[in-house]
Amino acid sequence: MKWLHKDLLDVSQLSKSEVMAIFETAGRFQELQERPVKKVPTLKGRSVILFFAEPSTRTKTSFDVAGKRLSADTFSLAKSSSSLTKGESLKDTALTLQAMAPDAIVIRHWCSGAARFLADRLDCAVINAGDGRHAHPTQAILDSFTLHQEWGDIAGKTILILGDIAHSRVARSNVVMLNKLGAKVRLCAPRTLMPPAVKSWPVQAYSDLNEAVKGVDAVMCLRLQLERQKDGLLPDLREYARTFGLGQKHIDLANPDVRIMHPGPMNRGVEISSDLADSAGSLVLDQVSSGVVTRMALLFLYMTRKGEE
Amino acid sequence: MAKIDLIVRRATLDGKEVDVFVSKGKIVEVKKSVKSLDADDAKVEEAFGLTLMPSMTDVHVHLREPGYEYKEDVESGLRAAAWGGFSNIMCMANTKPINDNASVTEMMLDKARTYWPKGPRLIPIGALTKGLSGKELAPMAELAESGCGAFSNDGVPVKSTKIFRRAIEYASDWNRVVIDHCEDPYMGVAAGVNEGEVSSRLGLPAQPDIAEALQVGRDVLLAEYLDLPIHLAHISCKKSVDLIRFAKERGVKISAETTPHYLTMTEDYLEAEGTEYDTNAKVNPPLRTEADRQSIIEALNDGTIDCLATDHAPHATFEKETEFDVAPCGITGLDTALSVTWQLVKDGVLDKDAFTRAWTTAPCGIFNLPVNTFAPGDPADFFLFDEGEEWTVSNETLYSKGKNTPLLGSTLKGRVKTHFIAGKKIV
Repeated sequence: MKWLHKDLLDVSQLSKSEVMAIFETAGRFQELQERPVKKVPTLKGRSVILFFAEPSTRTKTSFDVAGKRLSADTFSLAKSSSSLTKGESLKDTALTLQAMAPDAIVIRHWCSGAARFLADRLDCAVINAGDGRHAHPTQAILDSFTLHQEWGDIAGKTILILGDIAHSRVARSNVVMLNKLGAKVRLCAPRTLMPPAVKSWPVQAYSDLNEAVKGVDAVMCLRLQLERQKDGLLPDLREYARTFGLGQKHIDLANPDVRIMHPGPMNRGVEISSDLADSAGSLVLDQVSSGVVTRMALLFLYMTRKGEE
Repeated sequence: MAKIDLIVRRATLDGKEVDVFVSKGKIVEVKKSVKSLDADDAKVEEAFGLTLMPSMTDVHVHLREPGYEYKEDVESGLRAAAWGGFSNIMCMANTKPINDNASVTEMMLDKARTYWPKGPRLIPIGALTKGLSGKELAPMAELAESGCGAFSNDGVPVKSTKIFRRAIEYASDWNRVVIDHCEDPYMGVAAGVNEGEVSSRLGLPAQPDIAEALQVGRDVLLAEYLDLPIHLAHISCKKSVDLIRFAKERGVKISAETTPHYLTMTEDYLEAEGTEYDTNAKVNPPLRTEADRQSIIEALNDGTIDCLATDHAPHATFEKETEFDVAPCGITGLDTALSVTWQLVKDGVLDKDAFTRAWTTAPCGIFNLPVNTFAPGDPADFFLFDEGEEWTVSNETLYSKGKNTPLLGSTLKGRVKTHFIAGKKIV
């Protein structure tokens, strides 16, 4: 498939067949993970800048590994080492990055729309690794790829996204992605952590976890930012864990072979019980592996989109 | 008959060709144009093909001087006003230093006299409370004496209802109206986007419409209780309109303004292809829904909302060319207001009478300013308007230093060709 997109800002840009093409490419790279030498020269001489203006270990490492396995040169630019901390504007940072002539920039930023801001100003591919509360397309791709590996077809499955939906870019991108692939999506959160206009989303919304989890095929837990209590959105973490923390009693209400997911890092005992995180149904580590191969697929597709290779 | 010193010939007023006779800054007579005219030594302005309009009054402008002259200064703001069709502009107090003492007011007025001695008239609005802190009353007597025409904490709503009440009472002693920036200070302050479907999808912290309406409700009750006037700034949503309508039916002394952008734009702009996250549309209160827009139009037409104001809020381009969360709120408006709202009249959205009332008689009535209705004795404040002239909004065509408008690149219709204030040509 000839890749037409310059940037990956959100999964809403992708058609279902393009998602399948990403899965297919990722599937091919999966075999590479099994080899003793996990590296191919596909992107040799190409450069990827990992621009993480917000702390991230998992996603950044995943992109770094993905780039290196394709022999791309990866360069990290964290907020602490970037001129953003010295008061430089994002525009000037963008122009500086442009002058370094990278082939792709992976951006993580605390502001919604920041990835689009860069994409509008840069010639190279811009891949959104999470912008504010807006989108986290590569997480949604790796999550659905993980389920695709488990089930083959996601269509018709019921998936519950549980936790702080209001502030979650992971939830937003997953709602779009899972609907695109034909799944039924449920959301569960206290009203304070649910987006105000959730009625307009293609989901069923719940505030009772026991109801929400009935008959679902997978539960995606979201990380709870512990400072939400200070924002007045929660009474305390204990109460949250009691009412919205996923435990075995909830899993007993789901389908027998329910899968459990979490984008990490997990607050064990808060949004998910420790036992469940480590249980047979947990796909948490599969998500990490899927993250590398799907990001390899994305770097490959976006960095060779002109069809030279 | 007074000695005529200016005659404007063959201008179009309400579809008729008229001559306007001016003496000593006042309208003497407006009558059907005649073929030949003995002008004596009066100046004659040929206006054939141009529309005659009364100058407009903008009761809500940010001029940024002192303190933020790189965004706008008194000179450039008045230039935008002159070309925008405004004879009176009232500028808010959130400068640096804040206009909470006579020296700031006098400095603004000095600059205005220096750069634009014939007008437009600048009417500073003094702070309600010292430093806009909401804690201590500003010296309103001194400010009024220096030339402040009203008082407002615009941009920083007064949190304490107790202090706000005292400010209204005290301002009334100096015959000044208080203008309230209606925003509950705890609900999504200055988020720049409406809380709803669009903000949910874009993942932006947002301000609900009730953040405005809650404060409108408070003000309605206060105005009724005190039996004193309060003017409500930049009304953006249906809930506020409903409360204002309720208040007016009860005879409460509430007046209200809205802006051209709430009449013409909605939150959908921020999600549209090509304008997603456009910081030029980040404004406080934010652009609302289509239902809100329709409600605002209806309220302006039926007089529930008294007047239009630009809430002209110029910012430097570099300040807007940034992440949405970081960008300041505000749309520059003096240059574009006339074309945008006149187009609404041409499109049949806004009544012609409502247009005239909203830009002239109503704001002047609320704030006790001179107004031209083309009656004998009225101030000769008017402009000649080329309704057919198309112009593209760009850095070059805007007279304000602020280029921060979602209209950049759009083609508008209608431009001021000549503007007279008190019978003197200013542009």
